[in-house]
Amino acid sequence: MSSVEPILQIKDLRTSFFTDAGEVKAVDGVTLDVPKGGTLGVVGESGCGKSVMALSILQLLDQPGKIVGGEIIFNHEDLLQKSEKEMRYIRGNNISMIFQEPMTSLNPVYTIGEQISESYRIHQNMGKKEAYKKSLEMLKLVGIASPEKRLHQYPYELSGGMRQRVMIAMALACRPDLLIADEPTTALDVTVQAQILELIRELQAKLGMSVITITHDLGIVAETCCRVAVMYCGIIVEEADTEELFENPKHPYTAGLFNSLPRHDLEKEELEAIDGSVPSLADMPPGCRFSPRCRYAEEICLQQNPELTPLGPGRMVRCWIYSDGWKGTKEVAHYV
Amino acid sequence: MLQFIVRRFFQTIPVILGVTLLVFSLIHLIPGDPAQIMAGEAAPEATVEAMRERLGLNDPLHVQYGRYMGNLLQGDLGQSVRSSRSVVEEIQPRIMITIRLALYSMILSIILGLIAGVVSAVRRYGILDATLMLTALFGFSMPNFWLGLMLIKLVSIDLALLPPSGWGTWQQAILPVITLGTGGAAIIARMTRSSMLDVINQDYIRTARAKGLKERMVIYKHGLKNALIPVVTVVGIEMGMLLSGTVLAETVFAVNGMGRLAIDAIRARDFPLVQGIVLIFALIFVGVNLVVDISYRYLNKRIELN
Repeated sequence: MSSVEPILQIKDLRTSFFTDAGEVKAVDGVTLDVPKGGTLGVVGESGCGKSVMALSILQLLDQPGKIVGGEIIFNHEDLLQKSEKEMRYIRGNNISMIFQEPMTSLNPVYTIGEQISESYRIHQNMGKKEAYKKSLEMLKLVGIASPEKRLHQYPYELSGGMRQRVMIAMALACRPDLLIADEPTTALDVTVQAQILELIRELQAKLGMSVITITHDLGIVAETCCRVAVMYCGIIVEEADTEELFENPKHPYTAGLFNSLPRHDLEKEELEAIDGSVPSLADMPPGCRFSPRCRYAEEICLQQNPELTPLGPGRMVRCWIYSDGWKGTKEVAHYV
Repeated sequence: MLQFIVRRFFQTIPVILGVTLLVFSLIHLIPGDPAQIMAGEAAPEATVEAMRERLGLNDPLHVQYGRYMGNLLQGDLGQSVRSSRSVVEEIQPRIMITIRLALYSMILSIILGLIAGVVSAVRRYGILDATLMLTALFGFSMPNFWLGLMLIKLVSIDLALLPPSGWGTWQQAILPVITLGTGGAAIIARMTRSSMLDVINQDYIRTARAKGLKERMVIYKHGLKNALIPVVTVVGIEMGMLLSGTVLAETVFAVNGMGRLAIDAIRARDFPLVQGIVLIFALIFVGVNLVVDISYRYLNKRIELN
């Protein structure tokens, strides 16, 4: 997988929020490749910086968020060097994004047709009539029943699942090369979730685009992604092909995530949780960020943050366990 | 939409009926004998009786109301007691002056208020925002008659730029319109700002940006239309305030509109005329609210009539 040319390369991305209490490093040096035509999953708990990272790609951060360093290479060009005008051309045209909340992500005072056709009108200079015709095609493509009727309806007349379909239609209107899906199914019913994931996968194959799926749900990763990055407190702690990661998680945090999944095939009485809680971004432990919660932590873990180091082909992990000087066990317990 | 307008229109009928009932009762609700008050305290019994007869006050109430409504439907608002003319004749030359004054003031309020509100919201917590909001605070804290007097003193007397009174030329309209429009502009500005700030943080604004829209389009197309929904309500209420404000502004600037007519009629205890003016003001208010509700519906598709 890693041999495929990446469509998007994030290099040492740093995004901070400048609050009254000081700088909060939400994304603290993330390096990632998104494989062309493939799906990269970014997994992590709420507040680990995965959404901020996604918004950074399109430079859609709200005040007081600011990208303070790094590069985002897309089509051999650094997006961070582009002007606002150039970025506007890329947004919705080359790179699109769908969001977690389909209920509130559509503008309540405009019809579905108006909102989808807007993309065509700004990026492809289409007239109103033509743009509506294309929008209708998009609605058909995302599998909305009676699309002619829906075109003239307002968002409140649609269910959550339908609205997310509309969001997808809107995002894919201009056939982008990359779709960023930020928790696309979190707010939906389980049955609808599966449909939306299936739709994204289907359209990805049909349109040949690449996808970044941001989620906290390992199930979604297993179903949709070919590669996964696990994020913790603004940094990547492990990166691998999906299958490998599921078979053999290397980082204690990744293993902890798997262990905290409810399982019915194992005779476990209690659901296991990772001890402690996520440290505040404003007050990071000096060593490994996971060390206060890690059951394997040794002296070095508390003092020094490990580097993200290769561990076999296409595999990266940020943990002292796999360094040469490690004395303890090299096996991280997990039940997968 | 058409169905909504028709239904909403029919809903005004009970309101208008209620208004006529209140206006009709006005004459009986004032303390003392209306005929005596209108005829003058020193008037002899015969004159008072003649007045009572002329106003039909000797008939039972329902007969009086029936007659009142009958006349009303034929466009007859009764006779002025002081002048020999009918109430309609008294009001007719004045009404357009007041409507114009109110309308211009409203337009000024809306334009100034919206611009200031949106600019403040976009530049939130900046110097421009602080300046605008401080100005707005002054704007609606100032009683408009006082503002009118200050404008006359500064602009008309000290600087001699604009005429201090009267109505007819556009120069004469400027000061009364500013006087009347400032308070509304201030309230609309503050309302627009807070509503806009609320909207700017909504998910669909982020969606609009993610689509690649220009910031100007994001703010005005996707933001403002949503932000207007609460503002429209305020505009409706403001219009009511404005109508009562015309009474003051017309008095301060010696404009011969309905407001001044109302003051004169009350002073002269010309009750039929007062009734007529109150009724007209009420009808205008009902009409304005109708328009407000229709535009509300236009902005917010979710509004349903129950």
